Amino acid sequence: MTTPPMAQLAGPAGAEAAFRTGRRRRAVTTAGRVLANPLSAIGLVLALVLILIALAAPLLVPYDPLTIDAANRLLPPSPTHPFGTDEAGRDIFSRVLYGTRPSLLAATVILGLASVVGTVIGLVAGFRGGRVDELLMRLTDMFLAFPALVLAMGAAAALGPSFFNAMIAIAIVWWPWYARLVRGQVLHLKHELFVDAARVAGASERRIVLRHILPNCWTPIIVQMSLDVGYAILTMASLSFIGLGAQPPAPEWGAMVAVGRDYILDQPWYVAFPGMAIFVAVMAFNLLGDGLQEALSPRWRR
Amino acid sequence: MIGSPTSAARRPGDAAAPYPAPGGATPLPPRPLLEVSGLAVHFPIRQGLFFSRQTGTIRAVDGVSFTIDRGETLGLVGESGCGKSTTVRALVRLLRPTAGSIRFDGVELTRLEGDALRELRRRFQMIFQDPYSSLDPRLTVEAIVAEPLEAHGVGTARERAARVAELLDAVGLPPAVAERYPHEFSGGQRQRIGVARALALQPELVAADEPVSALDVSIQAQIVNLLKQLQQRFHLTYLFVAHDLAVVRHMSDRVAVMYLGRIVELARAEELYRAPLHPYTVALLSAAPVPDPLIEARRRRIILSGEVPSPAAPPPGCRFHTRCWLRERLGRPEACETVDPAVRSVLDGHLVACHFAEQVGASAEQRRATGGGNEDAGWTDGGIGQTKGEAENPRSRGGRD
Repeated sequence: MTTPPMAQLAGPAGAEAAFRTGRRRRAVTTAGRVLANPLSAIGLVLALVLILIALAAPLLVPYDPLTIDAANRLLPPSPTHPFGTDEAGRDIFSRVLYGTRPSLLAATVILGLASVVGTVIGLVAGFRGGRVDELLMRLTDMFLAFPALVLAMGAAAALGPSFFNAMIAIAIVWWPWYARLVRGQVLHLKHELFVDAARVAGASERRIVLRHILPNCWTPIIVQMSLDVGYAILTMASLSFIGLGAQPPAPEWGAMVAVGRDYILDQPWYVAFPGMAIFVAVMAFNLLGDGLQEALSPRWRR
Repeated sequence: MIGSPTSAARRPGDAAAPYPAPGGATPLPPRPLLEVSGLAVHFPIRQGLFFSRQTGTIRAVDGVSFTIDRGETLGLVGESGCGKSTTVRALVRLLRPTAGSIRFDGVELTRLEGDALRELRRRFQMIFQDPYSSLDPRLTVEAIVAEPLEAHGVGTARERAARVAELLDAVGLPPAVAERYPHEFSGGQRQRIGVARALALQPELVAADEPVSALDVSIQAQIVNLLKQLQQRFHLTYLFVAHDLAVVRHMSDRVAVMYLGRIVELARAEELYRAPLHPYTVALLSAAPVPDPLIEARRRRIILSGEVPSPAAPPPGCRFHTRCWLRERLGRPEACETVDPAVRSVLDGHLVACHFAEQVGASAEQRRATGGGNEDAGWTDGGIGQTKGEAENPRSRGGRD
C-alpha cells in the first residue's frame, strides 16, 4: 500500500529463515539447561526411554502380554521370564513393558484435555474480567473444593468403569488447575506495557490475546504439564487399582498391582515390578518437570 | 464534525506558526491537529471485600485544555504523579476520559469505539516510557515493528518486511537486528525499536511518554536528537512528556507545566524558561541546575514546603496554595484558598493559572531561578547532555543553598 517496491532487499524468505533459527536457538539453549542439571538430565533420559518403550513395545517383548500359559503360573524371575509370571502364566516383563502404553496415553489425553479446556477458560476469565471472571472462577473453585482423587472416583463410577471413562474423569478434575494458572498469568500479562503498545498499534482484542497473551503463557503451561505427567500416571494407576480404570487382564500397571496384591506374601515380585514401573515413570517426569521449570524460569520476563 | 480525512490532508508540509494568536487574524489560522478541552480522568477508589463500593475519587487529570498544531512539539512537564502520563494515555485512548473532549483533526476521540477507533489509531501513535516492558519478549524485532502494519492489514508480508527494514534504518539500527529478540538489546536500542514501531504507520501525531526517562544519561541525548531528526524528516507532531526540564526545553516549541492534574502554565518554550509566570514553574526551574557555571553560582533554589497533596483530595481554591512561596510572600491572600484560578492569557498567548502571576514577573525569585539575567543564557540547547543527570529528579536532590 504505502511501501515502495524495494521489497527484494529483505524478502519474507530471509525473514522466515531468521525466525526459524531464532526459535531453534532458543530450543537448543533450553535443552542445554535441562541437561546441565544431572537430576533433570536423568529425568529427561528416563522419559525418552519410556516413550521409546511405549512406541516399540511389540518389538521389545519376549512374549505376548495376554497369552495364558497355565503350566508356568507364578514363576519367580528367571532368564526366561525376567520379572516372573502371573497367576495365569503371563510374562510380567512383557506386561510391564506394554503397561507404558496406557499410562503415557492416559497422561497425554488427560493433560491435553485439561490444558486446552483450562487454558481457554483461564484466558477468557482473565482477559474479560468482571462478571465472566467471577462466574468462571467460582466454577473452578467448586471443582477444586473436592479432593481430586475422590472427585475422579465419583466421576469414573458415574461414567462406568472403563479405561476411557477414567481418562475423562481425571481430565474433569484436572482442568481447574490450568484455568487458575492461566488466569493468573493473563491478569499479570494484560497490564504489561506491550499489551498497551499492541492496542495503540491497532491490534484487535482477539489479536492481543492470541499473539501477545497466549504465547507468553506457554512457558508456565508447559512446565506445569511436564510436572503433571507423573501425577496423571499415578492417578490413572490408582483408579485402575480400585477397579475403576483399566480392567484386569489388560496390561496396565495399576490393574496389575491390584491383582498381584493377593500374592504379595508368596510372590512379591508380582506387585513389585509394575509398582516400580509406576515409581520410575512418576519420578522421571517429575525430575524432567523440575528441570524444565528451572531452565525456563530465569529467562521468563527478561 | 469534519468529514473523513483524505490522504492529502494527512501529509501537509505546513509547519504552521507554532501558536496562532486566538481569533482575529485575517487568513484563518489552520485548525490545530489536536484540540483538548476540559479533559478529566478520574479513577474510583473502591473498598470492601465482598461488596465493593466507591469511597473516593482520584482526580488524576482534572480539567486539562491545550491544542497542538501540525508540525509542532508541545512539551508537558511536571512532578511524578501530576497526571502527565494519564493525560497521554487518555489521548491515545488507552484510558477512557471521564469528561472533556479530545479532537484529533476535528474528530472527537472520546466517543470513538471499536473499529472506528482502531482505524483512526493509524494516525496517532505512542512511544512508551519503559523500553523494557513495552516490547513483547516473545516476538522478534521484525514482528514487533511490523505489528501495527499487520494489525491494520497494510501490504503483503514481503512489503511489510521491506518497510521494517526501512524503519530500522530510519532509527539507526542495522537490518540484521530484525531477526533478534528484544532481550538482546540495550535500553537505548530498545527505545529505537519502540520508535520504529510508533512510526510504522506514518502517523501524524506521536505522543511520547517520558521516552528517555528510563535511559542512561549518555543515551538520552541520542534518542532526543533522533526524535528531533525524525520529526523533520516525517513532518511529525509531538506531544513530548518528561520531568526533565532541559530535555523538554530542547525538544519543544511550547511547554505546558502540570501540577496535580491541571495545567498551571503554558507558553512558548523560550518565554516559559526566560520569564515563568506561575510560582510553581519558578520553583521547578529554580531546582534544575543550569550549565553555565557563572549563572549556576548565582542560582537560588526555592524549596517547596511539604508534599504534593493527594489527587484524591486536592486542596480547595488554588491547588498549589499549600506549597506556594508567593502566597507566603503576599501575606496569604484569601483568594488563593477560596477561588480556583482560571487559566488566563497574560501577554501574548502566555497562559497561566495564578491570581498573582503579575507579581511573579516582578519577583526576585523569577530572576534568580532563571539565572539572573533576563536573557536566555542558562537554558540553551547546548545544555543537553551535561545537565540531565542532575536535573532528572529535582525533588530528590538535597538542598544546595
